[in-house]
Amino acid sequence: MEALTSLIGGFGVLGDPMNIVYMFVGIALGVLIGVLPGLGGANGVAILLPLTFSMSPVSAIIMLSSIYWGALFGGAITSVLFNIPGEPWSVATTFDGHPMAQKGKAGEALTGAFTGSFIGAFIAVLLITFLAPVIAKFALQFGPAEFFAVYLLTFCSFVGMGRESPFKVLAAMTLGFALAAVGIDTVTGQLRMTFGNMELLRGFDFLVAVIGLFGVGEILLTMEEGLAFKGKSAKINAKVVFETWKKLPGMWVGALRSAAVGCWMGITPGGATPASFMSYGLAKRFSKNGKNFGKGELEGVVMPEVAAHAAGTSALLPMLTLGIPGSPTAAVLLGGLLIWGLQPGPLLFVEQKDFVWGLIASIYLGNIAGLLVVLTTVPLFAAILRIPFSVIAPIILVICAVGAYTVHNAGFDIAVMLIFGVIGYVFKKLDYPLAPLVLALVLGDMAESSFRQAMLVSQGNLGVFWSNPLVGSIVTLALVMLFWPLISKVKERIMGGPRPAAAE
Amino acid sequence: MAMETEKSEHTVTTRTMDIIVALLFMGVAALVMADSWRIGAKWASDGPQAGYFPFYVGLIMFLASVGTLATNIFTKKPDLTNFVDREQLGSVLKVLIPTIVYVVVINFIGLYIASMIFIAFFMWWLGKYSPLVIAPVAIGVPAVLFVMFEIWFLVPLPKGPIETALGY
Repeated sequence: MEALTSLIGGFGVLGDPMNIVYMFVGIALGVLIGVLPGLGGANGVAILLPLTFSMSPVSAIIMLSSIYWGALFGGAITSVLFNIPGEPWSVATTFDGHPMAQKGKAGEALTGAFTGSFIGAFIAVLLITFLAPVIAKFALQFGPAEFFAVYLLTFCSFVGMGRESPFKVLAAMTLGFALAAVGIDTVTGQLRMTFGNMELLRGFDFLVAVIGLFGVGEILLTMEEGLAFKGKSAKINAKVVFETWKKLPGMWVGALRSAAVGCWMGITPGGATPASFMSYGLAKRFSKNGKNFGKGELEGVVMPEVAAHAAGTSALLPMLTLGIPGSPTAAVLLGGLLIWGLQPGPLLFVEQKDFVWGLIASIYLGNIAGLLVVLTTVPLFAAILRIPFSVIAPIILVICAVGAYTVHNAGFDIAVMLIFGVIGYVFKKLDYPLAPLVLALVLGDMAESSFRQAMLVSQGNLGVFWSNPLVGSIVTLALVMLFWPLISKVKERIMGGPRPAAAE
Repeated sequence: MAMETEKSEHTVTTRTMDIIVALLFMGVAALVMADSWRIGAKWASDGPQAGYFPFYVGLIMFLASVGTLATNIFTKKPDLTNFVDREQLGSVLKVLIPTIVYVVVINFIGLYIASMIFIAFFMWWLGKYSPLVIAPVAIGVPAVLFVMFEIWFLVPLPKGPIETALGY
């Protein structure tokens, strides 16, 4: 019960009223970010990160993680009312959420979505509370080879579990690694791929990349789809909320299943988006109301939200314990830790107890606060969405430019952001995944140095990755993941006939 | 590849675009490998050289892009839909080009004034708003940014001659 004691200590950190204020500010900003096109969890946090340099790390992480929770909640609002997923992970929420809104049951759908989000996050944070200290303790014994093995597993999972072509996943990922290598090599001090350009000495900062890829790229995509926002009005009152809550206990089996899917996909970097689709698909197959899915079934709104939020929250588990983020937003938070001078990884649980447990406690409180905020302010945020795009778009672009500039106080970075915006637009259209690119850009240096250290220890013998059962099994699992697309094809051949995929 | 689709306006197919991007990737990969080879991608007496890791990253990128290229060339069901319709491309460029100008202009007159002009232009050009609606938004947003960054959080943003004249 060591975890419980630590958690109580964490709540003590939250006793500081300023931290509670930051939490509410973060949630409100997060919902706003989640509702606006072009701003999402990852780039929203990236833009606001420089503003937190003057805060204490605890307050800063509380505010930034609250933005993340807010954005997770906010995505549901646009999905249900406008049939526009504010975030990729709320695409599955539109399938039943919007039909419900068309039938005049928007309040019910929103309550279901928010509560589902809350349940998912709550289960995931319980998991973090009890599992994180154990994993961190275990990971303290990791050497460079083990760390590289975990990095390898992370990146190979993208290939094995992604819905995109494995070639494209690999290409996007290696592009991230290559961009991460630009600049001064930390080990030898040599210049790599700068081609004599002074501006490239700094290398590419992933925050600038995130703002461009997700922010500018998203604006360009939205522009293409035309700008008719025609929303349903949202009326939420206490009666609707309680009536909906009465229906929810009947869905507990499905909710647990969705939460399990979400937690698994969050910890391994499958991410919230595939988790939400998978959970929707599973619910459709197993629910007795399955045939009504797509026509406005409450269960079809709740399940993907449970999974998305569980995944979004549990993505913090590997970030805190191993220093390996499970999602782009977690990657940005990890970047924040580095900037505040904290080394993410197992030692965090030993050296920065206040920080870690303050953060975990704030996840509990942040999600309760988030639920209250969204339930009471939906009409307000729905009104914001009625502001025409020709007003919102330039403002968001200005905010992106400011965000890119403030990372290093470099005007050059604004141009870099714009280039990443175009790359993001083209990649989205051609189904190149962005998450592996971002994660590779963040983790590139660390993955490389653990690889080099491991190779130094073994004098260049790759056998070091099979030198003990632990590292051997992780590396083997990683290779299975890497070749999974191939393996499953061969399996299909042998078993005869393609089996229906669970995700559909 | 001059396939007739139902759409009268035929632009670039997704397959063509896929091939172009794969070729670009191969170019980038070649560049990465070449530069890594230049600084040394082998095994020195003190361990791997600086270009060791990036070289193999480039190699994987190259092979993966060959994979994408091959899939697109040899597929039996090529994706011949338009990568982007002419009209869509128009709307995208309507945002992209002013933004490029905006980014260039920031370097000369600072971020605040550039943002003011950018927002005003955008609202006037795409939104067809009257100056009475444009003015408060175009002036208000930079003003809020100014208060937040320069005064509240003490993070300086790029400024130009006009701000200097005003004493900042």
